[in-house]
Amino acid sequence: MNNILIAGVGGQGTILAGRILAAVILEAGYDLKVSELHGMAQRGGSVVTQARWGERVFSPIVARGEADVILAFEKLEALRWLPWLRPGGQMLVNDQRIDPMPVVTGAAAYPEDIPALLMAADAAVTVCDGYALARRSGSPKAVNMVLLGLLSRHLEFPAAAWEDAIRQAGPEKYLPANLAAFRLGSAEQ
Amino acid sequence: MKQLMTGNEAVARGAWEAGVRVVSAYPGTPSTEITENAARYAEIYAEWSPNEKVALEVGIGASVAGGRALTAMKHVGVNVAADPLFTVAYTGVTGGLVLVSADDPGMHSSQNEQDNRHFGRAAKIPVLEPSDSQEAKDFTVAAFSLSEEYDTPVMLRITTRVAHSRSLVELGPRSERPLPPYVKDARKYVMIPAYARPRHAAVEARLTALRELAETTPLNRVEWGDKSVGIVTGGIAYQYVKETQPGASVLKLGLAFPLPRRKITEFAHSVERLYVAEELEDFWEGYLRAWGLPVRGKEIFPWTGELQPETVASALAAETDRPSSPPAPRPAAAADPPARPPVLCPGCPHRGLFYVLSKMRLTVAGDIGCYTLGCLEPLNALDTTICMGASIGAAIGMEKTRGPEFAQKLVAVIGDSTFIHSGITGLIDAVYNKTQTTLLILDNRTTGMTGHQDNPVTGRTLQGEKYREIDLTQLCRAVGVDRVTTVDPFDLKLMEQTLRAELAAAEPSVIIARRKCALIDREAARPPLAVDRDKCTGCFRCMRLGCPCLSRQEKKAVIAGQCVGCGLCSQVCVPGAIVSAGEAGETL
Ligand SMILES: Cc1ncc(C[n+]2csc(CCOP(=O)(O)OP(=O)(O)O)c2C)c(N)n1
Repeated sequence: MNNILIAGVGGQGTILAGRILAAVILEAGYDLKVSELHGMAQRGGSVVTQARWGERVFSPIVARGEADVILAFEKLEALRWLPWLRPGGQMLVNDQRIDPMPVVTGAAAYPEDIPALLMAADAAVTVCDGYALARRSGSPKAVNMVLLGLLSRHLEFPAAAWEDAIRQAGPEKYLPANLAAFRLGSAEQ
Repeated sequence: MKQLMTGNEAVARGAWEAGVRVVSAYPGTPSTEITENAARYAEIYAEWSPNEKVALEVGIGASVAGGRALTAMKHVGVNVAADPLFTVAYTGVTGGLVLVSADDPGMHSSQNEQDNRHFGRAAKIPVLEPSDSQEAKDFTVAAFSLSEEYDTPVMLRITTRVAHSRSLVELGPRSERPLPPYVKDARKYVMIPAYARPRHAAVEARLTALRELAETTPLNRVEWGDKSVGIVTGGIAYQYVKETQPGASVLKLGLAFPLPRRKITEFAHSVERLYVAEELEDFWEGYLRAWGLPVRGKEIFPWTGELQPETVASALAAETDRPSSPPAPRPAAAADPPARPPVLCPGCPHRGLFYVLSKMRLTVAGDIGCYTLGCLEPLNALDTTICMGASIGAAIGMEKTRGPEFAQKLVAVIGDSTFIHSGITGLIDAVYNKTQTTLLILDNRTTGMTGHQDNPVTGRTLQGEKYREIDLTQLCRAVGVDRVTTVDPFDLKLMEQTLRAELAAAEPSVIIARRKCALIDREAARPPLAVDRDKCTGCFRCMRLGCPCLSRQEKKAVIAGQCVGCGLCSQVCVPGAIVSAGEAGETL
């Protein structure tokens, strides 16, 4: 069984990333379940897409301690979902900070140095400046494609499958930019 | 061919395959996409009704006229539709009639987590409960056959995890069902006492027949495994049981009501230890106990919230001395990360209004919609939120209890869709019973909370066709409110002035705060704003707006993120430090 979480903040493009991942998994012939809660997606709340695949999948949601990889579009969300990672699992973190309202109002503090907190737990952590890479690829809005590229390096699926899925997911005119961003992300160490 | 579908898409597909002609609904998470998807099939007439009661009545009419009909709503919608439901349970159907109740265990986006299997039992109609998208489609088709065969409306109960999870579905063709000739049958459909009494007897006979069906239907099945543990389960809980207890024997109940007593008893006697794994209520467990079966359920499973694979695993592990899953990584500094509650969007027209209400320290009887988010810090502007439409009645009750002086610091707030749903009758009460209610209708030209559905105020149908807009001003005048004003909620000064005037008036008044939702108003986006650091004094008055674009940096305010230039922060900024990004120097 394979388990992945894509976590982020409403409006960051996690849902599209999840759709592309799902298309790639299906193409490889697996049984698949994807759970996403999007009721609050447009209103800046925490959002997460959960994907599970294998021979036969029952639960559509990932249990705590079961995720092989967590792709976090935002640092605080990485920390929030850390308990879902399996011991030794991969935590891929976009180096972006978005203050939640309790931090804006001063009721809570944004934790200092989240990557260090993550590394102190039993997790392999990769931090990626998605925005810088997206800019470098020529399309600053394609952070989600950069991050998918990063994710692709930790999964078994061929690059061609990812690129096909990206081709089918969005309008033609963004395709070159999206592919460029994906490739930069997948080359990132 | 198999396709990846959400449970909601699968229900819509099932309706189409079953030859459904009419789908009616009022939006509500997690049910909304059923109707949006049904509307894409050319053979189906689909509508947003003004509320769930009307939606079900439309479904009933379609059924009486001989067509198959599906009506969808969230769990609390069934409360609104309960009146027609309990009597259509008596009349039965002509064309198959399916009511989809989308329950929300865990309250991902709801005000309560009631378990609507109770409604099925109370109305004495069968309840089907799928566990994934394939079943969501298959059970929808089965529900229509059952409805016609047993002359009963059928409830299809889904939950958020089934509605919003994607899994593979085998598609089938549509079976066209020609309309039978219309036959008037007053004894079946006119529920005067004389005709209703025999129908009640028919309901009891039907339930007896359905209990027999429950014993043999493939909707209920036993999956034998190791007989030391037997688990009665269904819905999403079935998936968690299969996931975490691969060896156990399972009795899966796809027909959640009525129950197969013989089948369950036989299962119980074949296993050493018997459990019921169900989300929320002890609906099944209660029956097993009443039948004297030695069962464990709510002793080990929670009464509240969603089940999770890990809660099922650890509850049963404790019972069977099996190891539960390994401990997961946690940060060394184990403080809980700050929560990230949803917020009003950048440019939301509700924000300015709540800023004013909060500043004026008014008592606010609230309602349900995006504007309910005005209850959170820093706006902190609501006193009550109960159910859709409750704001006006609540304000009337407060006024009648505490008197006219209190009413001068009291407003009710309600959204446009919610006002049409169930606010109009409250306003009629305000006039009829001589109150001085001040009602704010937050007319953002959409049903925002559930993802921007049109409604009678926008005058656009589910198919996007423009017909007649309801004129809110005329509507309020027509029920007897003389004082009706319309204000732009971005104009904070005018908003405050208007509120003061209307609160002072000794009669009911309505203020319509009209501005399009920022997410649908493409014309409204203005250049982003920025803070001139030299002028910012760090008073943070702007932070009281609760805008997600504003944050603190080195004792000054900064604007980042998706600022749409609504200008509220520059209206409240005393030193005038918030200016358009160009003027402040650099865009952030
Ligand atoms: C009986 C019932 N039906 C549906 C819902 C789901 N729901 C919550 S708020 C809302 C409508 C919100 O629209 P509106 O009043 O226009 O306010 P907005 O969100 O646009 O600010 C709906 C459909 C509910 N909570 N209760």
